Amino acid sequence: MSTILDKSGFNPDKKLKIVGSSPVKHDGIDKVTGRAKFGADLFLPGMLIGKILRSPHPHAIIRSIDTTAAESLPGVKAVVTRADFPELPKGSVAGDMSRNAMAREKALYDGHPVAAVAAISESIAKQALKLIKVDYEALPHVIDPIDAMKPEAPILHDHIRTKGVKDAAEKKTNVVERLELKMGDVEAGFAQADVIVEHEYDTKPMHQGYIEPQGCVATCTEDGQVELWCCTQGPWVFRNRLTEILKIESSKIRVTQSELGGGFGGKTGFYAEPIAVLLARKSKRPVKIVLTRGEVFRGTGPVSGTRSRIKMGVTKDGKITAADAELVFQTGAFTGSMFFNAPQAMFTRYDLKNVKTVSYEVVSNRPKVNSFRAPCVPQVVFGVEGVVNELAQKIGMDPLDLRIKNAATEGYKTIYGETFGPIGFLETLIAAKNCDHYKSPVPKGQGRGVAAGFWFNRGGETTGTLNIATDGSVTIILGTTDVAGSRISISMMAAEELGIPVDKVRAVMADTHALGWNRITAGSRTTYSSGMVIIDSARKAITELCRRAGLIWGVPEEGVVFEDGYCRPASSNVGEFPPLSIAEIAGKTTLTLGAIAGHSEMNVTGAGPGFGVHIVDVDVDQELGRVDIKRYTVVEDAGKAIHRLQVEGQYQGGAVQGIGWALNEEYVYGEDGRLQNPSFLDYRMPVASDVPMIDTEIVEVPNPRHPYGLRGVGEVPVTPTMAAIANAIGAVIGVRPRSLPMSPPKILKLIEEARAAR
Amino acid sequence: MSGKYHVTTTVNGDEYEYLCEPQQTLLDALRDALMLTGTKEGCATGDCGACTVMVDGTMICSCLMLAVEADGKKIETIEGMAQGEELHPLQRNFLELNGSQCGICTPGILIAARELLYRNPDPTETEVRYWLAGNLCRCTGYDKIIRSVLAAAKEMRGA
Repeated sequence: MSTILDKSGFNPDKKLKIVGSSPVKHDGIDKVTGRAKFGADLFLPGMLIGKILRSPHPHAIIRSIDTTAAESLPGVKAVVTRADFPELPKGSVAGDMSRNAMAREKALYDGHPVAAVAAISESIAKQALKLIKVDYEALPHVIDPIDAMKPEAPILHDHIRTKGVKDAAEKKTNVVERLELKMGDVEAGFAQADVIVEHEYDTKPMHQGYIEPQGCVATCTEDGQVELWCCTQGPWVFRNRLTEILKIESSKIRVTQSELGGGFGGKTGFYAEPIAVLLARKSKRPVKIVLTRGEVFRGTGPVSGTRSRIKMGVTKDGKITAADAELVFQTGAFTGSMFFNAPQAMFTRYDLKNVKTVSYEVVSNRPKVNSFRAPCVPQVVFGVEGVVNELAQKIGMDPLDLRIKNAATEGYKTIYGETFGPIGFLETLIAAKNCDHYKSPVPKGQGRGVAAGFWFNRGGETTGTLNIATDGSVTIILGTTDVAGSRISISMMAAEELGIPVDKVRAVMADTHALGWNRITAGSRTTYSSGMVIIDSARKAITELCRRAGLIWGVPEEGVVFEDGYCRPASSNVGEFPPLSIAEIAGKTTLTLGAIAGHSEMNVTGAGPGFGVHIVDVDVDQELGRVDIKRYTVVEDAGKAIHRLQVEGQYQGGAVQGIGWALNEEYVYGEDGRLQNPSFLDYRMPVASDVPMIDTEIVEVPNPRHPYGLRGVGEVPVTPTMAAIANAIGAVIGVRPRSLPMSPPKILKLIEEARAAR
Repeated sequence: MSGKYHVTTTVNGDEYEYLCEPQQTLLDALRDALMLTGTKEGCATGDCGACTVMVDGTMICSCLMLAVEADGKKIETIEGMAQGEELHPLQRNFLELNGSQCGICTPGILIAARELLYRNPDPTETEVRYWLAGNLCRCTGYDKIIRSVLAAAKEMRGA
């Protein structure tokens, strides 16, 4: 039997009533009135406050932990340490996760949890932390990934042997993996090139920067049933991890997701949650843990910093002939950076036949990195798009024309094996070239930069239900998290299918008892995957509505068709019956077969790749080195924008996160291995006065695997930003920066070097 | 443990009493004692503006004021912004123009924007951007926030 995955029913000529508009999102009213409940907003009777003690050392053996004094402080109800976590093998996924949540043999970064308490008030909990005595044996530490690769570097883990390297078996190392990915013949490719450009690039870890610190409340009954309320991008994933690291059966854990106060990938990470569960189990009271901003910076996932060397060659007439890259990713204290995305995505969008990449993932004494929009890709696109612009400059070609000439199109076989279906890179480049921003002259004294980016977009295991109430209104149960308006977008698609106004639909995010397994909400998969599942559910409900109409009319269900929200006789042969609305059919469930609903679970495939082009004009203060973003345009293929304002919001938000990464944001470590800027003041994300309006242009090259043609849109908008800004700065000062952040001291140094060279 | 202080204060026109420890902030008191969780904590160091409230007509970060200092003061929070079923024009424009994405920064931004429009009913884009520079948002890139404030200002001026 064919499913929606084989036959989406995509029809480019179908006139859409709801999809493509921008209704007010149903969850919006709670957000503008302060009602919305986020991670820190749940209060339960008898609730205790949990606090975490963190290592001040970047690298230290934990000889012993004495909690006696803390436990005897009045008001303290539970203390947990490594001794409360089941022992799991070092180097296993669960073992690493457990050791990251609570240090076991060693503390591996400044901010690594070593113990936690639950008490009747926050002040008592803080006092108790001071009474815990940890006997550390400080070890030499290493922060920089290049230093960590050196033979004499301090070793973080005894068990790591470099994967992908022959004869690695005996050698302890910080290099987790060497990954080579190639196609064609790069040497032959470079031999055909007239111009070759090769440079080294450096990017710094940045934090996802969600404004809501992680917050959770856990309860545990005497017979071991756990409830966990938390802000998360993956309730089912969190449940599975609790099962794996605390050895609690999944059916005894119910994870309920709060509203998510920003995640951007960072709330796929699992931090205080297992600690709260253990404190609740020990105390038999609800325990709330809300991280401080300092803990968020020191203890939760930033993004990988990278070093890369990128080489590309081009013929005089603008054909890119080969690309070669060597990439180093720092993953923090534990593996799991998803660095493999980078070699797969970095050059993918160009019609290249000869590509070679060698990538390394390296541990060092920093917090374990976590996902962020297009994990590990923007860092290396920063270099690739700089090289592409320089190639264009060297052969005297417009940078967009060079990209147009080399754009991958349908039928291109990627380095990771996928052959592209219909994609919109060429259309996006042409739209960029024709947009008002690119056609306008560059204002005097300013510089213009362009860059392009790509993300695979994802599908994956997804489950959902659509229920029709007896009055004909509709409720939807989703297994994915609403990170930026997916509830309204999915409601719109359901309303479009059912031919009813979107106001008659409401969607909720389920807890883990309400639905089957759902993969994490990440990779721009949510509106696509949950949308597919809910459209499939709506179609099942429609089949059922037709069957019920047949029962009401006394005709076979094949004699009933569903159009625009009504069941009608398929032809006059069936009989003359007035159309039945959904409400009329749903109101007669007692006469028919009970409730009408649709349910679907599937491993969603067919996510259409996404492409974007950014255009930016900058002003550079030649005395101070300060860069001002004067004008910014994002052009990106959405396949089909379901909710236009939400799509624009993704483009704009991604671009401004990229502006922060480009100009300001980085983790600064002292020689003592401690993070020196764990606050918003010292970390300095973009504020409203730092940026201009972000213009957007939504390109729509449909993805025919989806009933309405949509592609994910969340990841692409941050991939080209840093490169576009570097190219614009280069246009002003004559030399393209190759190290992030492009902060005033670095820009000033480049200006002075350029002056000296003249 | 040190003793607690008894505080009487007015929040959104209603008189409240709470007990607080000397080191607790007004933000702690609003959220933990009065359960007014619309005011958010993003940093507790006055850098993000998520906890913005009005105290006797002055806009402050409630994480930077001690709970005891609120004794006898008049506090306004997001929970008092709508009048009955009538949303404030700022709230309505944030809804219609998607000025709120995840929503965690929204209460603080709405309180700050209302104060801006009280002082300056016809701000320029730049004036809105500088006024809101103390309120971090990581989702929107600020574009739709600024547009929502400008649209509300226009509507309130009857322009």
